[in-house]
Amino acid sequence: MADKRAVTLNVNGKDYRITVEPRRTLADALRDDCGLTGTHIGCEHGVCGACTVLVDNRPVRSCLMFAVQAEGRNVRTVEGLANGEELHPLQKAFWEKHGLQCGFCTPGFLMLATGILEAEPDISDEDLRDVLSSNLCRCTGYQNIIKAVRAAASEMRACQPSASL
Amino acid sequence: MKPAPFEYVRPSSRAEAVAALATHGDDGKAIAGGQSLVAAMNFRLARPAVLVDLNGATDLDYLRPEGGKLRIGALTRHAAFHRPVVEGPLGVLLARVVRNIAHYPIRQRGTFTGSLAHADPASEWCLVSRTLGAEMVIANTGGERVCAAADFFRGTFTTAVGTEDLLAEARLPLLGPNWRSGFFEFSRRAGDFALAMSLAALEIEGGVIRAARLGVGGVADRPLRLEALEAQLVGQAPSAALFAGMGEAARDLITPTEDIHASADYRRDLIRTVVNRALTQAAS
Ligand SMILES: Cc1cc2nc3c(=O)[nH]c(=O)nc-3n(C[C@H](O)[C@H](O)[C@H](O)COP(=O)(O)OP(=O)(O)OC[C@H]3O[C@@H](n4cnc5c(N)ncnc54)[C@H](O)[C@@H]3O)c2cc1C
Ligand code: FES
Ligand code: FES
Repeated sequence: MADKRAVTLNVNGKDYRITVEPRRTLADALRDDCGLTGTHIGCEHGVCGACTVLVDNRPVRSCLMFAVQAEGRNVRTVEGLANGEELHPLQKAFWEKHGLQCGFCTPGFLMLATGILEAEPDISDEDLRDVLSSNLCRCTGYQNIIKAVRAAASEMRACQPSASL
Repeated sequence: MKPAPFEYVRPSSRAEAVAALATHGDDGKAIAGGQSLVAAMNFRLARPAVLVDLNGATDLDYLRPEGGKLRIGALTRHAAFHRPVVEGPLGVLLARVVRNIAHYPIRQRGTFTGSLAHADPASEWCLVSRTLGAEMVIANTGGERVCAAADFFRGTFTTAVGTEDLLAEARLPLLGPNWRSGFFEFSRRAGDFALAMSLAALEIEGGVIRAARLGVGGVADRPLRLEALEAQLVGQAPSAALFAGMGEAARDLITPTEDIHASADYRRDLIRTVVNRALTQAAS
């Protein structure tokens, strides 16, 4: 077995000092070592998107990255979206537009949508559909997810300075 | 599943990366975006003993036109091409193609040269590199060599990059102002690998094709450049009949692979269609 190493992960602005083997994926480290089980794991080969998190504000598959590679980077997960009791505009919109049923895919979709809307607040409908096709949902049929992200986009534009790509 | 154990090294420059690959030889493997390799490791199809992470070698992170070529360093992500990276037809071509590669989050990490080194027969960047006649810069402790695309792709997942080699850079020729491009890919779902795809670039002046590049991917063990058809296009005026004829000629030239996704006959049909559509888009 390869030696474990001390790794500091900065997740949602907080440092987590963990000790992991290099083979520990970021997804597993978040769930098992940081106790942040909001990030879900489905396929473990990049197809489903359940594990999507933001690394330096870009959405990535956390099952295709090792925790050691995330050291010194800024990781954001679904746990960081709400402000205390107040839901993030995307979370509110998913609730209001019925953007989820079982909820398994939801953390991944929320982080994917957060990443794209922060980078491109004025994204076209066509491009948004294309980006949302990155993740799988077995329940909703996608239409309500698209509606929810569209609804949140206008609210986020109103209340957030846009980050550049 | 979870990957098998491995040692992890993170060189902080190209030179260190080359040295690390030499030190670890057959045991070592470079990791760039990890978007093919980690999936394979999670399935235990790949079990490298030592992973040499290129992501700390920041001198590999560049993308710039120079001497008539676009120089693409080994840390250039797919996402860099979402918007045209150079003025002129090449930037437009790359932005058109990149949307067909995987999905947005995968394009944030996957690299251009990683796609070439991986050499999936259905890789869009492999098709672009073969069709446009890219040069690959391969480095090892002995120095560096430049390999032409025609010699680079050796078969499914097989290239001129040896176990101790670093694919440091790819160079694409810039296209002059009269070039236009077309790309068409057929896949079953958004983001899937292509069952067949075609890239066409045409230099059109005074209503006549002066030069042509035509390639097909996803249908054989490596991307194919159809030089015989390129020669036939030169001197002709673009027309629907010409391009339909090229589609048929391409279909007759190629013996496509057969797999669980598509029979050879089905791929033959696709070749005819994707070639016709890529050429039509290029001329429109
Ligand atoms: C769900 C999904 C869908 C995908 N769909 C597509 C698609 O439609 N089209 C497509 O083209 N790709 C697709 N991919 C693959 C993706 O484009 C990868 O990014 C690409 O194949 C490999 O690039 P990488 O930087 O991620 O390389 P890695 O995964 O890090 O490495 C791949 C291989 O190349 C070697 N390597 C990488 N860089 C170098 C280097 N500089 N020098 C020497 N060796 C090197 C590695 O050792 C390894 O063997 C998909 C991936 C996923 C997960
Ligand atoms: S678990 Fe990462 S993409 Fe499916
Ligand atoms: S809500 Fe069940 S998978 Fe999307």
